[in-house]
Amino acid sequence: MELLEIKHISKVYPNGVRALEDVSFTVEKGEFVSIIGLSGAGKSTLLRSINKLVEISSGEILFEGKNIALARGKDLRLMRRDMGMVFQSFNLVKRSKVITNVLAGRIAYHSSWRSILGLFPKEDKEIAFKALQRVNILEKSYSRADQLSGGQMQRVAIARSLAQEPKLLLADEPVASLDPLTTIQVMDDLKRINRELGITTLVNLHHVDLALKYSSRIIGLREGRLVFDGPAKDVDDSILELIYGRQLLSNEIFGEEHEQ
Amino acid sequence: MNSDRHLKELLPEKPSELKRNLSIFLLISIIYASGSFTNFSLSKLLGNLKEGADLLDRMFFPPDFAYAKRLLLPMLETIQISFVGTVIGSFFAIPIAVFSARNISANKSVGVFFRLFLNLFRTIPALVFAAFFASVFGFGSFSGMMALLVFTIGLVAKLTYEAIENIDPGPLEALTAAGAGQGAIFRYAIVPQVLPQFLSYVLYSFEINIRASAVLGYVGAGGIGEYYDRTLSFLKYDKAGTIVLLTFFVILAIDLISARLRARLI
Ligand SMILES: Nc1ncnc2c1ncn2[C@@H]1O[C@H](COP(=O)(O)OP(=O)(O)O)[C@@H](O)[C@H]1O
Ligand SMILES: [Mg+2]
Repeated sequence: MELLEIKHISKVYPNGVRALEDVSFTVEKGEFVSIIGLSGAGKSTLLRSINKLVEISSGEILFEGKNIALARGKDLRLMRRDMGMVFQSFNLVKRSKVITNVLAGRIAYHSSWRSILGLFPKEDKEIAFKALQRVNILEKSYSRADQLSGGQMQRVAIARSLAQEPKLLLADEPVASLDPLTTIQVMDDLKRINRELGITTLVNLHHVDLALKYSSRIIGLREGRLVFDGPAKDVDDSILELIYGRQLLSNEIFGEEHEQ
Repeated sequence: MNSDRHLKELLPEKPSELKRNLSIFLLISIIYASGSFTNFSLSKLLGNLKEGADLLDRMFFPPDFAYAKRLLLPMLETIQISFVGTVIGSFFAIPIAVFSARNISANKSVGVFFRLFLNLFRTIPALVFAAFFASVFGFGSFSGMMALLVFTIGLVAKLTYEAIENIDPGPLEALTAAGAGQGAIFRYAIVPQVLPQFLSYVLYSFEINIRASAVLGYVGAGGIGEYYDRTLSFLKYDKAGTIVLLTFFVILAIDLISARLRARLI
């Protein structure tokens, strides 16, 4: 069975912007899919619809066969727990320690009272430390998040989503605020996690060649419509023109000089 | 030369300064109007400078140090009243701030109600609260404490809800995406972001409350305030000066302690 089924979803924001129009696709377990498109094409809206940070206007999103639009309260929280999310701006609590940030990924495993009181069981701490180790930042466990560099913060954010032990990882432009070198490290981390833990990964990317390099499958969005869905190796100039509507600007190509 | 011309062509149009100039003009007009409305006159101020200096001379040169001993107990009472009022008031300020903050309030009209309530609340001076509670509970330190408590709620809730409205929304979003509920989001995304500010507002209101308790003396609310009343109505300026000095040292001490605390929190 498919992990994720997107069926004819559309999103109209209250201000009338049609961010998604009749988008459909399915994602199998273990895939690493990149979503590409111009800024404003609807990539973030699509990703955020999947965990219901954005409520879609019509269509259906099935995660493990369950319709997330119908999920409320605890059911919704449990579905969200199974989907980790990584953001462009990391979204860590900067004043809190790294380990506290990562443990936040365990919240949905416990009753509200237990997590509010900070009573995380020993196993949770082990899971959190393991997650930090997986992204090679274990030694920063007790540092405050605001003492880290951008790349380190993003790795902590990835560790937080790993602590959720998710089945799906949603990454919304995870490297857009990073320098070229850390970009490669973070993309490598995401790829490794996908391979080693088998976590299905959906990542929005601004840079076409990163998408082509790291993912097996590309989804192209243009003005809210899905205009391409296929293997990365099928993406050629004509398809890029279909997605971007014109020749690419140099800042939309990550650039070979950065890739050693 | 050539490059100069280029620069000019490339430069965007200079933004208009009309708005800024208008604001400055308006501000000066308001200050001037308020001055004439209150019959403010520089000559009067300067002319009476000598009398002011005289009074200060009588208050502080020298103050009545022997009197300070008798003030210690009432001062302690003032600190107690202020402390209890500040702590309990700050505690009640928390839920009110949460309901008032536009970015996290569960319900829009609940938020409007609480903000309105807070604004109304803050227009009432502590003295009026004190008079009210004195008429309910009778004169004494309990009424004074209640007045400070209510005053603290207004102050701390207002400042705290503004602090909450200015937090980074990123962590809230991340925790929502991780399946956290409202309570956990509050604990892990909001509290760490506003705690240092909240605590400094609490300390600030503690300071204000100690000063305010001087005024509250007039409605028999206990503590050092009564001694202000006594000394001033008998024109014992040297004694009043002692009270001022003592209050000053207490506030100085609180200020030092809170500076230390804040430095550790941030
Ligand atoms: N909260 C919102 N309210 C109104 N319009 C929005 C909102 N979020 C995004 N949009 C609009 O929806 C469109 C798609 O935005 P987005 O999904 O952020 O695209 P992308 O991530 O590809 O840059 C844009 O036109 C954007 O301005
Ligand atoms: Mg986006």
